[in-house]
Amino acid sequence: MNLYELTIHEASDEMRRGRITSGDLMESLKQRISEVEERVHAYVTILDRPEETKSPSSDRQEEQGPLSGIPVAVKDNMTTRGIRTTCSSKMLSNFIPHYDATVVDRLRQNGVVILGKTNMDEFAMGSSTETSYMGATRNPWNLERIPGGSSGGSAAAVAADECIAALGSDTGGSIRQPAAHCGVVGMKPTYGRVSRYGLVAFASSLDQIGPITKDVTDCALLLNAISGHDPRDSTSVKVPAPDFTSALTGEVRGLTIGVPAEYFVEGMQPEVEDAVRTALSLLEERGAVIKEVSLPHTGYAIATYYILATAEASSNLARYDGVKYGYRTENASDLMDMYMQTRAQGFGPEVKRRIMLGTYVLSAGYYDAYYRKAQQVRTLIKNDFDQAFQTCDVLITPTSPTTAFRIGEKINDPLQMYLSDIFTISVNLAGIPGISVPCGFDNSGLPIGLQIMGRHFNEKAILRSAYAYEQQTDWHRKRPVL
Amino acid sequence: MKITKQEVEHVSLLARLHLSDQDKELMTSHLDAILTYMDKLNELDTKDVEPTSHVIEVENVVREDQVRDSIPVEDALANAPDKENDFFKVPRIL
Amino acid sequence: MEFETIIGLEVHAQLKTRAKIFCTCSTEFGGSPNHHTCPVCLGMPGVLPVLNIEVVNFAIRTGLALNCKINPLSRFARKNYFYPDLPKGYQISQYELPLCEHGYLTIDANGTERRIGITRIHMEEDAGKNIHGEQGDPCSYVDLNRTGVPLMEIVSEPDIRSPEEAAAYVRKLRSILRYIDVCDGNMEEGSLRCDANISLRPAGRKAYGIRTETKNMNSFKHVQKALEYEVKRQARIIGQGGAIVQETRLWDADRGISVSMRSKEEAHDYRYFPDPDLLPLHVDRAWIEQMRSALPELPDEKMKRFMRDYDLPLYDAEVLTVSRELADYFEACNSMAHSPKTVSNWIMGELLRELKGDERGIRNCPVTPEMLAGMIRMIEEKTISGKIAKTVFEEMYRSGKPPDQIVKEKNLIQVTDEAEIIRIIDQVLAEYASQVESYRSGQEKVFGFLVGQGMKASRGKASPALVNQILKQRL
Repeated sequence: MNLYELTIHEASDEMRRGRITSGDLMESLKQRISEVEERVHAYVTILDRPEETKSPSSDRQEEQGPLSGIPVAVKDNMTTRGIRTTCSSKMLSNFIPHYDATVVDRLRQNGVVILGKTNMDEFAMGSSTETSYMGATRNPWNLERIPGGSSGGSAAAVAADECIAALGSDTGGSIRQPAAHCGVVGMKPTYGRVSRYGLVAFASSLDQIGPITKDVTDCALLLNAISGHDPRDSTSVKVPAPDFTSALTGEVRGLTIGVPAEYFVEGMQPEVEDAVRTALSLLEERGAVIKEVSLPHTGYAIATYYILATAEASSNLARYDGVKYGYRTENASDLMDMYMQTRAQGFGPEVKRRIMLGTYVLSAGYYDAYYRKAQQVRTLIKNDFDQAFQTCDVLITPTSPTTAFRIGEKINDPLQMYLSDIFTISVNLAGIPGISVPCGFDNSGLPIGLQIMGRHFNEKAILRSAYAYEQQTDWHRKRPVL
Repeated sequence: MKITKQEVEHVSLLARLHLSDQDKELMTSHLDAILTYMDKLNELDTKDVEPTSHVIEVENVVREDQVRDSIPVEDALANAPDKENDFFKVPRIL
Repeated sequence: MEFETIIGLEVHAQLKTRAKIFCTCSTEFGGSPNHHTCPVCLGMPGVLPVLNIEVVNFAIRTGLALNCKINPLSRFARKNYFYPDLPKGYQISQYELPLCEHGYLTIDANGTERRIGITRIHMEEDAGKNIHGEQGDPCSYVDLNRTGVPLMEIVSEPDIRSPEEAAAYVRKLRSILRYIDVCDGNMEEGSLRCDANISLRPAGRKAYGIRTETKNMNSFKHVQKALEYEVKRQARIIGQGGAIVQETRLWDADRGISVSMRSKEEAHDYRYFPDPDLLPLHVDRAWIEQMRSALPELPDEKMKRFMRDYDLPLYDAEVLTVSRELADYFEACNSMAHSPKTVSNWIMGELLRELKGDERGIRNCPVTPEMLAGMIRMIEEKTISGKIAKTVFEEMYRSGKPPDQIVKEKNLIQVTDEAEIIRIIDQVLAEYASQVESYRSGQEKVFGFLVGQGMKASRGKASPALVNQILKQRL
C-alpha cells in the first residue's frame, strides 16, 4: 500500500509505532501529486517546503496528538500567514496575508503540516469549481466531470490521494456536494461551531468551515482540532466542543432517522434514490427507526438562499476596491473609473452576477420585497427542522439529486447551476450540521453521497450514524484509477 | 420583465462594476430569470413571521476596552497596489 | 414674508475609549499614517469585528444623560458605500434598532427654557482620512488610523428655531458629553462634528419646506455663522420666487460661505442591512441601572444647586457649571474660602482670562483651589489689598508658588501702620504742592490723583482705605 493512501488515523498509528515518519508521508504525497495533479488540478498553491509551516510545538513529543505530522490541504479562502491566499480570484491572485485563520492556527498547534491551498469556485461562488480564475478542477473519478463545488479542490485532492485530509468551507453545500461527487466524507458543522476568523467571507450568516476526509473517523479527528470558541469571531459559540470520536460506536440501535418526503422528488437520478433507500434499509437492519417526515418549505430554500447569500456577498466583497490590497486596474482616469474597472476586471462573471443580484435586492424599494421576505422564509425553513427534530435524532437525504455533471454543462445557465444545490442549502439556512458520506456509485461509476443532518450542536448524532453506516460498507475504501 | 437594462445600469454603478453593453444584455437576462424564479417566495404568507438574521441565539459578545499592539506599518501596506510615505495612494478624490 | 427657521442637528461625538470599537488598536489622535491599524480595521479579507463593551457603556450613559429610552434590543447594521477611507466598503453603524431613542435636552433661549428632542443615539465606527495632494498632484493619500474609532451619532428632532439656538444646543450637548466623560468635545480636532438640516417655512404653516444639509462646521462660532448664512440664502431664494434644492453644502470657514457638494455620483443608496458578523445587543435593566448609578450630577442640576446653595446669580452659575472641572474647582476653592461670590468673581475674572489660550486647561492649572482660597483669605484678613492680590494671582499663575510665599518674597504685605502711611502721604503732599493747591481751590478730582501717588509711593502695599482716610485728614 502506498503511504499517500493512508487515512489520518492509519498514518498516525504508523507514526506512533515508529514505522513511518511525517517526512515519509510527505515524500509519498509529493510523488503522488507530481503524478496526478496535472490532470486533476486540485491545488492553487503547493508548498515546496511545507515543513517550515510547522509550529515549534509540533516537534515536542508530549504534545503529539493524532494530527501531528499529518499533511493537510486547506481551501484557498482561509488565510495563511506568508502564503498566498487567492480565493481562486484574479482579485486576490497576489494577496499574501500576514495573519493565519483561526482554523489554520489550530491545525498548526495540532502539529498538522499544511501541504497547500486548494482550488475553489471564485470566492466560493459556484457548485462546480469551474468559476475559478485558476482553471477548473477535475473529478478524479472522471476527468470530464466537475468535482462539485465550491470546495472542489479540497474534495478532489482527498479523493485523488493528493493529501491525507483537507479543510473546505460550506455556505450552501460547498463541502457536502463536492464530497458526494468525489466519493469522500465532508461535514458542515453547526453554524458557530468553528471560528470563521480568517475565512474570506462569502455569506457571513451561512459560511462554515469543515473537514473533508477519507472516512468518518478522520472527520471526527479533524473536527476535534478545529472546533471551539474563538474570541475573534462574535458568532462562534461558547458551547464546549466534545470529543467527537466518542460518537464512533458503530451503534445505531434506537436512533430515530427521519426521511423528509420533499427530498425524494421528480428529476432525481434513479440510482441516487436507490442508493439512499438501500442505505436507509441497512441502518434499519442495524436497529435504527426510520420515519417519514415533512420539511414543507424545502421548495423555497433556493430562492431564499440566493437572496440572502448574494446580499451579504455584495457587501462582503465591497472591500475589493483596489486600494489596500489585491488587483488594481492600470491607467484609471479617476477614482470612480478605478473602482469600476478594477472590480470589472478583477472579478469573474459568476461573482459579478451575485454582487449585482445582492446589490439589487438590498437597494431602495426592494429590501422588503426580497431581503426581509427571504429572512422571514428562513424562519419558516428553520421551524421545519425544529419540528422534525422533535421526533427524530437525524434526517437522511441524498446530498445531491444527481452525480457529478459534465464540465461546461451548466456554466452558462446560472439558474440551473443554482438548482443543483437544492438538497444542501436548507442546512445552511437553518444553521444545523450536515455530513455527506459515500453510499454507492451510479451506472457510469460516479460516486453518490448520503446526507445526514442533525440538531444544532449535535454533530455526534450525525457522526454516530455515519460511522455505523460506514462500518457496514466499503464505499469509502474505493479509489479512483488515475 | 422583473428587471430592466436601466436598472442593471443603476445597480452596476452602485456596485462599482463596469459592464460593457454586451455584459449588460446578458446580465439583464440572467438576473431576470433568477428574479422571476424568486417570485416563488410570494406564494408564502409571511405577515406574522419574524425575520431571522442569526440562526444561533448567543449572548452578547463583547471584549474589554484594552489596547494591543497594532501591526507593523510595512505589513499594513505590504499588499497595497500603490503607496507612498506610509499612505495608501489612490487616484485623486475629486 | 415671515419665515420660521427649522433646524435639526446631527452631532458625531468621538468616544474616549482606549481601543477602537471593533479591534484592539489604539484610538490615539495623530500618529504616523497607518501606524494604528490591524487586519480588522484595515478591512483585510476574512477578519471579523468584536464589539468593545466600553463603547456601549458610554452610549448608555449618554442616552441616560439625554433622557433617552435605552432599547433592550439593538442591532448593528452595515451602511454600504465606496470611498477610499472606508476600507470594508461599508461602515458598521446602527439603523433599524439604535441603542437610544426619544430623549431631549434643554437649552436657554433668551431666558426661557426650551426642550430640544433627541430622536436617536447610535454607535458606529469612524472612517479614515483622505489627504489630497498638492495642486497638480493626480493622487490622494489614505491614512486609516482613525478607521474604527468609536463614534456616537446624536440626532435631534427638527425642534431648533434659530442659529443661536443651534449653537446653544451644541454647547449644551458638548458640556453634557464632557460631564459624563465620554467625549473630549474638541471640535477643532474633530472629536465633535456637527451637521445641520435647515429649512424655512412661512410662519404659521405646518408642513416643512425643502431642507438642505450643511456640513463641516468645526466650532460653535461656525455652527451659528454657517446656519445664519444658510437661513439668509434660503430666504433670499424663496423671496425671489425660487425653489430650494435638496442638497448637501460644505461650510467654508475662511470665506464665510457654504458651497454645494453636488457630485457626479448618483444619489446615495446605502443598502442598510443587519450586520451578520455582529450579534444583536441585549441591554438589561441591571446594566442600565449600573450606568445610571455612575452618572455624575449634570450641568442643569448643578447650575440650579449653585444658585440655591451658594446664592450665585444665574450668569455665574451658568459659567461655573459649563465644565465639571471648573465647577469642581469652584466648589473645592469655596470649601476653604467660604465666600462664594468672591471665589466666583476671581474664577470668572482672573482665572478664566489666564486659562484662555493656555493648553494646560483647568485640570493642570498652576493655581490650585487651595492657593486661590489662601489668597482670598489674605484679602479678607487685610494682609494684602485687592489690588496687590491681582499681582499675587498673576505671580501664582506664572510660578505656581503659594500666595503667602509670594507675598513674603516680594514683600507685598499691606501697610496698615498709620504712622507709616502718614509719612508717605506727607511726602506726596510736599512733592505735588501745585496739585494740592488745585484741590484746595475746588478741583476735587485731583483727590484721585493724590491717592494714586500715595499708593504708588507705597509700591501698592498701603491699605487703600487708610490712604483715603488719612489723605482727607491731611488736606
